[in-house]
Amino acid sequence: MRLLQNTNIPFVGVRKIAYVISAILILAGLIGLFARGLNWSIDFTSGVATKVNLLALDSNVAPIQIDELRSVLMNNGYPEAEIQHVGAEESSTFMIKLKSQQADDEVSADTKTRIIEIIRENFPEHVKGRDINTQVILEIYEVGPKVGGELRTQSLLAVCIALVLMIAYIWFRFELTFGLMAIVALAHDVIIIVGIFALTGKEISVQIIAALLTIVGYSINDTIVIFDRIREDLKAKRKEPLAQVINISINQTLSRTIITSGTTLITALALYFFGGAVLNDFAFAIVLGVIFGTYSSIFIASNLVIDFTKATHKEKQTAQHLSKRK
Amino acid sequence: MKKFSWRGLSIIIFILVTAFYLAPLAIPNLPGWWSQHTLKLGLDLKGGMQILLEVDTSQLSAADARGAVDQNIKIIRERIDQFGVAEPSIQKLGEKRIMVQLPGVSDFQAAENLIKQTAMLEFKVVAQPDEARRILDTIDANITANIDKFPALNELDELDKQILAESDSLEQDSKSGVFNSLIRPGEMDYEVQYDSVRLIQNLMADSLFHQMIPAGWDLSLERAVSGAPREDRTLHVLSSAVQLSGNDLARAKVEYGSSTSTDPRIANKPYISIEMKREGARKFERVTADNVGKRLAIVLDDVVYSAPNIQERIGGGRAQITGRFTSAEANELAIVLNTGNLIAPIKPVSTSIIGATLGSDSIRSGSLAGMVGLAIVMLFMIFYYKLSGLITDLALIFNVGFVLAILTAFGGTLTLPGIAGIILTIGMAVDANVLVFERIREELDTGKTPRSAVDSGYKRATITVWDANITTLIAAAVLYQFGTGPIRGFAITLTIGIIGSMFCALVFVRSIFDTFVVTGTKKTLSI
Repeated sequence: MRLLQNTNIPFVGVRKIAYVISAILILAGLIGLFARGLNWSIDFTSGVATKVNLLALDSNVAPIQIDELRSVLMNNGYPEAEIQHVGAEESSTFMIKLKSQQADDEVSADTKTRIIEIIRENFPEHVKGRDINTQVILEIYEVGPKVGGELRTQSLLAVCIALVLMIAYIWFRFELTFGLMAIVALAHDVIIIVGIFALTGKEISVQIIAALLTIVGYSINDTIVIFDRIREDLKAKRKEPLAQVINISINQTLSRTIITSGTTLITALALYFFGGAVLNDFAFAIVLGVIFGTYSSIFIASNLVIDFTKATHKEKQTAQHLSKRK
Repeated sequence: MKKFSWRGLSIIIFILVTAFYLAPLAIPNLPGWWSQHTLKLGLDLKGGMQILLEVDTSQLSAADARGAVDQNIKIIRERIDQFGVAEPSIQKLGEKRIMVQLPGVSDFQAAENLIKQTAMLEFKVVAQPDEARRILDTIDANITANIDKFPALNELDELDKQILAESDSLEQDSKSGVFNSLIRPGEMDYEVQYDSVRLIQNLMADSLFHQMIPAGWDLSLERAVSGAPREDRTLHVLSSAVQLSGNDLARAKVEYGSSTSTDPRIANKPYISIEMKREGARKFERVTADNVGKRLAIVLDDVVYSAPNIQERIGGGRAQITGRFTSAEANELAIVLNTGNLIAPIKPVSTSIIGATLGSDSIRSGSLAGMVGLAIVMLFMIFYYKLSGLITDLALIFNVGFVLAILTAFGGTLTLPGIAGIILTIGMAVDANVLVFERIREELDTGKTPRSAVDSGYKRATITVWDANITTLIAAAVLYQFGTGPIRGFAITLTIGIIGSMFCALVFVRSIFDTFVVTGTKKTLSI
């Protein structure tokens, strides 16, 4: 069985449409970023996050409502607490988040102890008969401001270092224009995905940063396979214009691009649907990354090379340069 | 007779290494030297507690600071060992951070206290009542004179004045300032009401406040009894001379007072009995002889545990620390005293506690996602590439096994993001094969025989496979550098997965092709 055999889709011809679509996506992403901002997780803002199970052993005890929990925390000095249900409402499992922005560099040692005390004092019926440390408190994360701040700088640095190293590698293996345009396409992917996170209000946690770096690695992978083919085809078709060769190369690698993206998408979707709550947002980012990464590899990266070299009148030079690389 | 080939040898090594390290996961009764090589699970999968601590070396000289972190690690390790945690991990991170991981620990408050307690033990003489009064009055007067330096107290003072101004019946007490209003005389010492405790604690942490205290004296709160957060606290005035310190201590152990004991602090309750070194015992004897009739405070980390009356000179160097402990608390305290005090104070900068059930849920859902992803990808490969797809599937299973085996071999830990990394490499691992197979198909289209199509297909695709994977490896390396804990686990599994998949595609699958599929002059290729 073969899909997409000997296609001749005018990817280069439709590039203007692709640019418009991408511009709209990026604009939407940037609006999301500036209008709503990013919902940084406590990994970055510092604070306390705890998952508690408040399902009473005694089924006659009325389950706790989210508003009830919120007002109890408010009355005890935590009006900023964010509370969410985890899983089904009937499970009475809640995630309580206290994001702090205090300048103090130490974890306020007793915030978590205080939260536990408040729960113990206000909902005695619901915690009765269960060990508070193992059965009521399912998990607690506490991050000090110092660590949170460092992490934000480090993450930004990590993404930048990865991008620079990749430009360098592509420059070395291919040609500088190709390297730069590949990075523009990558930035395009990252901005759109981060924008979607801003628009949907999903949290940016350390895991999401890891997902972004994986996407960067994955998306460049697709782009390079196409570049590789362009390099090879340029050697065989020295007379043909760069744009034409690029269109042939994208078509030749199309079935591979679609199959690999497909298998990766399958595993990312499996992770999204079956991987459990903790990995859900991570898998979501990867799914988006595979989709936009594949799109930008086919429609953006190589096409940008065409327009950039046209604008700088270096089409021939770039083609010659690249075809000489091994 | 076939020629010796490096490729064949590397495949054999690959399979043997994988089998060796995976066997302990599948076969229960292996000899110890073998079964000890088993995959370790990260805290996020196993449940437990993780604390990132920072050592505050600001009070030490540069030379002392260097050794302080290592010294602290040693002490923390000893405390944890005595506390009894299976397979704890204590690592130095960077210059002055320590990462402590305690699998299976659920009582995080106890664990945190155990680790971060500086455990500076001191014996100090308590001020006589009239002396104490005089010192507190001096502090009060000093503060009243410098009230603008203490904004919290100033605010309180303004509030008091307002209330006084509104009332006719209350008269301004000119002698007593705002500080004295926070403390009131107790039975033997002074009491701080529970809602003022935080204020007093903040004051005592303020170096400006210490300038207000007459030289030679200290203020110390008595230990709060756990489970009674709303209780008033006793305030002691102590002479700052340290009569005995933790260095004079030989050992500490938990004992239980007999039910017939007349001392209510000991009867039926756990207490710590301490034994001093020879020299310490001498000092103790001298101190008790010199201070008969006074009280001797036992101070740990600036908190008074007990302040018994010295009735007579005590020889032999034995003493008791009482303080309304629970037996767990008494136990921890004994551990902390026995392991000595930390060289420099440490404070937790981040903590995470993960319940064991959550971890096993994660393993279950992670494995399910992996199985589903693997099954769909494998079926697709067979459907799309027939026999060649089946060979890839074989390589794919080997690759997953290889990632787990290498992780075991290098003593790495499997974390939840690590599982995600393995699942993702399933999707990415077929990429190298897809590249090669698509290329072989193209070569076949040009009319080449299977033999030469496979050869040139591999030849051409190999460069692409390298180029494409090296960039992913760059991303993984950056991730490893920047990440800690679980994220590192992800970077590691991703890296091993990529290397494994390249090996599988370029060596393993290729060999099967050469040996079984396109031998001799076969005319067709199932691809």
